[in-house]
Formats: sequence, structure tokens, C-alpha cells
Amino acid sequence: MGEERSTVTIYVMGKAYEVPASLTIMKAMEYIGYRFVRGAGCRAGFCGACATLYRKKGSYKLEAALACQKVVEDGMYIATIPFAPAEKRTYDINKLRPTPNVLLEYYPEIARCLSCNTCTKACPQDLQVMDYVQAAIRGDIEEVARLSFDCLSCGLCAMRCPAEIVPYNVAQLARRLYAKYLAKTSEHLMRRLKEIEEGKFDEELKRLKGLSREELKELYDKREIRV
Amino acid sequence: MRFAYYPGCTLKTTARNYEDSALASARALGMELLELPRWNCCGTVHALAKDDVMHYLAPIRVLVRVEDMNREGILEGNYRLVTLCAMCYNTLKRANGVVKEDPDRMRKLHDIMEREQPYEGKVEVLHLLELLREMGFEKVAERVERPLTGLRVAPYYGCLLLRPRGFGIDNPDSPRVMEDLIRALGGEVVEFPYRARCCGSYHTVERKDIVAEAAYKILSQAREMGAEIVALACPLCSFNLSERQDEVEREFPGFRKIPVVYFTQLMALAFGLGEDVCGLDQNHVDPRPLLRSKSLI
Repeated sequence: MGEERSTVTIYVMGKAYEVPASLTIMKAMEYIGYRFVRGAGCRAGFCGACATLYRKKGSYKLEAALACQKVVEDGMYIATIPFAPAEKRTYDINKLRPTPNVLLEYYPEIARCLSCNTCTKACPQDLQVMDYVQAAIRGDIEEVARLSFDCLSCGLCAMRCPAEIVPYNVAQLARRLYAKYLAKTSEHLMRRLKEIEEGKFDEELKRLKGLSREELKELYDKREIRV
Repeated sequence: MRFAYYPGCTLKTTARNYEDSALASARALGMELLELPRWNCCGTVHALAKDDVMHYLAPIRVLVRVEDMNREGILEGNYRLVTLCAMCYNTLKRANGVVKEDPDRMRKLHDIMEREQPYEGKVEVLHLLELLREMGFEKVAERVERPLTGLRVAPYYGCLLLRPRGFGIDNPDSPRVMEDLIRALGGEVVEFPYRARCCGSYHTVERKDIVAEAAYKILSQAREMGAEIVALACPLCSFNLSERQDEVEREFPGFRKIPVVYFTQLMALAFGLGEDVCGLDQNHVDPRPLLRSKSLI
């Protein structure tokens, strides 16, 4: 086994820094001395605030990642995107209908899609972004909602799209339409809500509130577990 | 017989009656049209510029999906791709022809597509009308339950099914595939000289007047030759010759509206597949009064 380097060289704003090889881009930048006042959120790959572009020395490829998830690599040139300038249309979801052309109406630029797939390559969530943009063009709201479900709205697809589409805002409209008009309502949930409203559980809750810590503990230990 | 089938965006939105009637008719003839599991817009318009690689991505990606279906075992050694929309047909077929002859362009496309399987050039792009002709119109006639007796139909081709030469489905000067089909369905064919004239295409967005004039010429000539209904195979032609009749009526006094339907709607009707599958309520100029007067519905 060859000797592994414990540090790598990364470039932030073009300036070289030696940083520990095990750090994420975000932690490496903090190690250097940067303090994030924007472009950092959950630090767990869920919020999409830390969109980042980088290019490795000697490579023609511009790559995209979340700074809190991507571990630094030697020769990375890094540019964080703390804010994605992206057009977001205004609408009242209660007044829209899930018609085949509603997505095109609010985001007509989706028709400019060339099927180049650059959005998909940029997506840190590995979503099939191009496929959902294409589904949006043909008005398949359910498919857009399904394919875009794990979107974090980090903005990288929009920053890379040569047709200047903002895929994630289109997808958000589709998911809203899907949830409001197309998804089946959960009947058991509606039944349970009605039961709660009618006070079916009031007595039981009142009894529980009156129990001591020991009584509660005993009740918990003896609870019925159905598998 | 199973075939890969490419619907195109319009057939999923404003031309559902085209798709529904086509799929049902094909099934009635023993053809199963399997929609590509993944597909994108065909690219809409064929790119003529030599150096335009980007606009080939969409059509070539569609063709790769047909090869994918074979790789995944959905189809076995069947690389024929059936289309319905005349525009999709034209764009896919021409892009296919260009890249097969141009390895340099193909290489550039593969460089950009990278994550895809490379296109092996195995796909053959077809229009449903070609498949019907291949099957034989006598076979089609055998399936007819309710012949279109006494219905005078003018088949309209427009540009993209016939041109350019070498890519069209029939002789661009004297096409007959739709005529043969109408006859097989028991209808009366009305041939008219403007059947391959352009409908005005995308002028419909900015220059409605150009399209209204084209529609007026085409439709009033079909009427003069004795047609009661026009049959076609393209959603854009359909829009220009149907919806634009409102403008035609305003601009050209004396013009009488004429119903325009997809050839597949007539086919489904003649096969006795029921009015629902034909989607006649979605046609802008209602064909039902005419069809009712002929006791066809």
C-alpha cells in the first residue's frame, strides 16, 4: 500500500490551501477560516443551501455538489453558490387546475429544453431532472411530482441549464398541484381526524395526564406491541 | 406483433383523441404499440444547420431508448419505432438518417450524452400509416364492422409526412396511402390538389392571418371537390385547420366550417370500437352531427 496523503490542496477563490483530506468542502472552508453566513444550513444534505460548483485540475468537467456532503479532493477549484438567481412565478394554487398545459403556462421556457441532460448530471440528489422537465412539457404532473420528490431546491440544475430553465421551481408547482388535486386523500386519516374532533380520545388523554411518572412508566412497559 | 411506440408531447395533451383512437385501432388489428418507458420531446423541428449538434440530442436520445428496450428484453430484436404525429415522425426519421451518415456528428453526440448507451444506429422510424400499408389494406378492410358508407372524406397530408423526398411515407406528388385506407374503411375518397399544401405551421403563433388564409384555401377547395370531412395525421395541421376555422369564418364571408378528424378516429369508428375511444368531443369543429346524419354513430 502506498502512503496516503493526509492533506490535499484545494483552491478557494483561486487561492491554494492545504486542508485535511477527510473534510467536506464546507468543513474545509471553515478550516481555512471562512465563516458561512449564507450558503449553509442543515449540514446534513437535506436543506440544499450549500450548492457548490468545482472543477478539478486538468479536467474539462464542471462538477456540482453540496458542500456539506462532498469530501474535498486534491486539486479542486471551488466556487460556492450561496444564492441561485432563479425566476419563480407567482400563482394561487387554489385557483389553478391540474390541466395538461398549466406548467407550460407558468413556465413556458420549459419548451426550450434540448434534452441535453446537463441538469441531471448536476443534480446532487441523482434525480432524473431532464426526465421530469420532459414530463412537465407533456403535462404529466404526477410523473413530475414522482421524479422530483427528493428535490432539495439547491438550484444547481437551474445554474447549469443551457436553456435557462429553472427545473426545481417547475417541479415545485407540479408537486403542489399533485398534492392538492391528484393525490388520493388518505381516508383513514380523515376518519381519525373526525374521531379526534368528536372527542373519542379525550377521556383517555385526560387519564394519562393525571398519571404519575411511575404509573406512566409501568403503562409504557406493559404496552401492547402488535407486530 | 409488438412495436416500440413514440407518442410525442402533443398526443399526451391536446391530441389525446389521436392517441386513444390509434392505440385502440392498432390493438384491433393485432398490433401492440408499447410506449417507450422513458422518452423526451422529439426536438420538434429538424435542424438543418450542419454544425447544429445540440438539436440532434433529443431525437437521438429517443432512438437510444428503443435500443434500450431491446437491451432490457422488453422487445426482442425489434428496432422499429412507430410514430403518429407527423412532426415527430419527420424529426426522428431525418435525425436518424443524418447521424447514420455522419460519424463525426454521432461522435460529438456521444461525447455530450456520455451517461447514455451510444446509439448503434439500429432503429427504423415508421409512421403507423406505413405499418398499415405493409399489413395490407385488405386486412384492414376485413376488420371493418361499420363501414363509412357514403362518407366523403378528403385525406390531407400537409408537408411533413411526405417531404423531403426520401424521408416521406409516400410519393410526395401523388400520395395514396391515406386514400387506400379510407377506401378500405368503406368511405368515399375525395382527392384535392391542396392535400399536400402547408397548413401554415408555426405561423399560427404570431401570424394567424397567414394560417387562416392557408386553411381557407385548403378547406374550401376540399369542400368544392365534394368533401364533407377532412382526415389528417398531424396535431399541428389539425390545430391550424380546425381551431383556425374561427378566424377563417371571420375573414372570409361565405366560408362554411368543415369537420377535421384524425385518420385513426375514422378507423376506430369503422372498426366499431365505440364513440368513447374516438374522442370526437375533442375535435374543435364537431364531426358528430355529420356522422350522425350518416348513421355512423
